Amino acid sequence: MIKDILKILENDARTTAKQISTMTGTPSAEVARLIKQAENDRTILKYKTIVNWEKVRDEQVWALIEVKVTPQRDVGFDSIAERIYRFPQARTVYLVSGTYDLLVLLVGKTMHEVADFVSQKLAPIEGVQGTVTHFMLKRYKEDGEILEGKEEVKRQPVIL
Amino acid sequence: MSTKSNVQRRKYSLTSQRVNQISPSGIRRFFDLLSSIEGVISLGVGEPDFATPWHIREAAIYSLEKGYTMYTSNLGMPELRQELSRYLQDNYNLEYNPDGELLITVGVSEGLDLTMRAILNPGDEVIMPDPCYVSYSPCVVLAGGTPIMVPTNEENDFEISPADIEARVTSKTKAILIGNPANPTGAVMLRDKLLPIAEIARRHKLLVISDEIYAKLVYGVEHACFATLPEMKESTILLGGFSKAYAMTGWRIGYAAAPTEVIASMTKIHQYTMMCASIMGQVAAIEALKSGDTSAAEMVEEYNRRRLVIVQGLNDIGLSCFEPRGAFYAFPSIKSTAMTSEEFAERLLIEEKVAVVPGSAFGQWGEGYVRCCYATSLADIEEALSRINRFVDKHQAT
Repeated sequence: MIKDILKILENDARTTAKQISTMTGTPSAEVARLIKQAENDRTILKYKTIVNWEKVRDEQVWALIEVKVTPQRDVGFDSIAERIYRFPQARTVYLVSGTYDLLVLLVGKTMHEVADFVSQKLAPIEGVQGTVTHFMLKRYKEDGEILEGKEEVKRQPVIL
Repeated sequence: MSTKSNVQRRKYSLTSQRVNQISPSGIRRFFDLLSSIEGVISLGVGEPDFATPWHIREAAIYSLEKGYTMYTSNLGMPELRQELSRYLQDNYNLEYNPDGELLITVGVSEGLDLTMRAILNPGDEVIMPDPCYVSYSPCVVLAGGTPIMVPTNEENDFEISPADIEARVTSKTKAILIGNPANPTGAVMLRDKLLPIAEIARRHKLLVISDEIYAKLVYGVEHACFATLPEMKESTILLGGFSKAYAMTGWRIGYAAAPTEVIASMTKIHQYTMMCASIMGQVAAIEALKSGDTSAAEMVEEYNRRRLVIVQGLNDIGLSCFEPRGAFYAFPSIKSTAMTSEEFAERLLIEEKVAVVPGSAFGQWGEGYVRCCYATSLADIEEALSRINRFVDKHQAT
């Protein structure tokens, strides 16, 4: 049941407990309780909005940083990852397989700011062997949503 | 001299008497009205609001690039028939020979037309439920047969009763035609309800034409394919397609699965009138059968949520609505408004800009109901419900 609720909320966080109750055939109070519980145990981390910032000409610079690190005894990659993810500029941090270890999504106001962060904060961390910075040039799809040229329904209004 | 008087006696018409006896869709006027109004939320459609899943479209694009632009075998591409045969085996444990028992058609619409032309002699009767899909009865008439309607009603969840069928069987009865799940009602007949119908078909040696285009769109129940009923494969003409479950309406690909003799006759008509279904659509259908199950399942999950919202919403408004367990239609009663279904649909469209289809378009027993398709976004469903609510409140007050 909680999975059904989470799927609905993941698609539209504004769906009310009453609406979810109808959609799943679960009493409204039970839905509200399950949501509360998921919020408390951090199954639901946060409710947020996917924004196309280009629309409001907000100058943000995003960069994808590949970070190669030397894992440390007992803690592996976790402690270095933590040193990185504690910075609020690091919006997303993943441990990945392949030619590098950590993938970091950084946001800054200018290219300069991001470059400074990488060279002054990220690269000098002990255990970081090297970084490769990819500045994001264009966003096509964000979390499943196509930013531009989204297909519209092209149906005839009435078909028998 | 006598020849001349004969000629004079015959009433002149450019078109055939047979076609003249079919009335055009009763809501033509309604269509025209609709196109002149802006901002309409339409619950009047009969197709998914999803575009065809990308992997299916991509397969068709690729095939075009590779030059798949020719006619195919009249029966349909061998690979598609093989995949279809496998699909029927996997889903229903039915064995259909891809060479002889399967025919790829231009949607179920063509399949239905071919069926009637292949099996009916002049005056043969076909028993079908009322209300039912709009083309059932005209297809029978065009093929020279006579449709025999069996009333169904909300009290019996719009299921066709075996006793009512039995009472209408005559020496001219050739077949029983049912849509399961049903358009426009969303009714689903489960296996135990179909068994007595199969028994009647067996006893009177009738064919059963089972339109199962909505087979995959069932909610919380198991779809029973008519051909799986005891001894029924030999007398069932199973019609199915890709339009609804895979959101492929515009591709126009359906199929018929039936005894060799029937498929051979249907193929004769198909080859002289249609040649073959479009190759592009067939290629897309192959991809749908091979790997479309996940996308289909996701759509069904979404439809189910919308179904629950619209049925609950309509009941809350006071338009009693039995629970449809299949397809993507709700069929609420509008009797409490004291309007005819056509009047209701027309005024709702003009006053609140919501399009629904009058139940009377589907037969006289559809009067008093409207068909609301919930294959539209939840936001639109909720907005439509609030508009319908306002409309109903207003007209019950006066």
